[in-house]
Amino acid sequence: MLKLENLSFKVGDGSSELEIIDNVSLEIPDGSFTVITGPNGGGKSTLARLIMGIEKPTGGRILFNGTDITGLSVTERAKLGIGYAFQQPPRFKGLTVRRLLSLAAGSELPEDECCGYLTSVGLCSRDYLNREMDSSLSGGEAKRIEIATLMARKLGLAIFDEPEAGIDLWSFSMLVESFKAMSEGSHNSVLVISHQERIMQLADRMIVIADGKVRDSGTREEIFPRLMGEFNENCGFRGKGNE
Amino acid sequence: MMDKTDSGLLEAIADIHEIPEGAYSIRKNGETDSKRSTVNIEIIQKSDKPGIDIIVAAGTKNESIHIPVIITESGLEEVVYNDFYIGDDADVLIVAGCGIHNCGDQKSQHDGIHSFHIGKNAKVKYIEKHYGEGEGSGARVLNPVTVVDQAENSTCEMEMVQIKGVDSTIRDTKASLAAGAKLIVTERLLTHGEQYARSDMEISLNGAGASSQIISRSVAKDNSKQIFHPNAIGNAECRAHVQCDSIIMDNATVSSIPAITANCADAQIVHEAAIGRINNDQLVKLMTFGMSEEEAEEVIISGFLK
Repeated sequence: MLKLENLSFKVGDGSSELEIIDNVSLEIPDGSFTVITGPNGGGKSTLARLIMGIEKPTGGRILFNGTDITGLSVTERAKLGIGYAFQQPPRFKGLTVRRLLSLAAGSELPEDECCGYLTSVGLCSRDYLNREMDSSLSGGEAKRIEIATLMARKLGLAIFDEPEAGIDLWSFSMLVESFKAMSEGSHNSVLVISHQERIMQLADRMIVIADGKVRDSGTREEIFPRLMGEFNENCGFRGKGNE
Repeated sequence: MMDKTDSGLLEAIADIHEIPEGAYSIRKNGETDSKRSTVNIEIIQKSDKPGIDIIVAAGTKNESIHIPVIITESGLEEVVYNDFYIGDDADVLIVAGCGIHNCGDQKSQHDGIHSFHIGKNAKVKYIEKHYGEGEGSGARVLNPVTVVDQAENSTCEMEMVQIKGVDSTIRDTKASLAAGAKLIVTERLLTHGEQYARSDMEISLNGAGASSQIISRSVAKDNSKQIFHPNAIGNAECRAHVQCDSIIMDNATVSSIPAITANCADAQIVHEAAIGRINNDQLVKLMTFGMSEEEAEEVIISGFLK
């Protein structure tokens, strides 16, 4: 279980101080599929980066399976079983997709296992195994490989930062299928930051973050109806800002 | 006779442990240690200067030639001339390379002057690795000169690698391509400490349909300095692509000066050059796999230079 206690993240100082995350407390139970949503600039990505350890909080605590991990590095948190999929996955010249998946798994992966991960994110594995994870891949391809790297790890908590951002509609449908399979199968905790109704539909728990605070949280059945009317014509969440 | 140091050097530069298969010539401390010709490949000691002539008969297929050089004597300086004559339609692999183990305080230097005469329709793959080691303060210096002359429709693929331990290197490569000839040069270089590396290349595409691809990837660490200056010259209807890509770290200096020249309106020549540090997101991504920052750096560099 992941527990955030009064977590804060401020930038700047004095009069120009800005509260990005403001005293957030929440719990992500084991085995849950949680979607965090909310307006742009509300602090969702920062919250994910704080959990992974990429940013250091200015106040509060993060507990993972009862251990205080607030002071731990990204590497140490990764070793405890936390994984993070970037909104914009970095590219690596010379690293093949197969090598990247093996690095994620922590040991050289047999070909059929790599193929399995790629297939489950909708990529034809034979075409991709030996391709380099460089800028020759489209945004959608890179994004799906990024998700496959999390599948290749044995994670207690997998965090996906806006998996839908920057990808085409077709890739998005494939992605929804991957997450659907993930939510239906047995899994450890999954935390997805998303604006997309189709991803929210998969959640068993939802958290709405706005202005650095938890504006709402609960089961999908409770939260989802309250968000209706906040979607635009493309099923994207626009939020109502400060209320 | 080979000892442990020799075998280590041979493995680092040529991936060989014992006597290689096919034709070979092993040069150690300024002298030919051993050599072997085959039915199709003749290796002849030059009589007027140090070095060998390698003559590959026309039509020779799938044979290899190993010509490693090792230097374990501190203070040895040599210039060696190796001339390759590759017959028409031949298809061969040439593995060259130089390893220096310098335990002393004097400079050890090997300047290999290689010239290739590649016949019509012939295919050559040339791999050259440079490596230096040894605890001595004596510098390890390698200044290779490579001259390639390619006849019609020949293909030459050159892989030149210098990963470790060479204090100073000035590399000079010149190639001229006849109609339909193809040249691919991949250069990979890592410098560290106070090392210096310079690579000048001049590729002349002289015949219709000639093509060339020059790829240079390098990593400069510590206080090392690198200079790249490839020039692709199109004298006919041809295609060429020059790409220099460098990772810079610490207090290193990298200068990339790709040049392209067209002396014919139908020449299509492109160059790209980029120098940059390892991006922070790349490091963080690998750290989210449980690697330390140093391990992540190592993975990024070895992938980049692969």
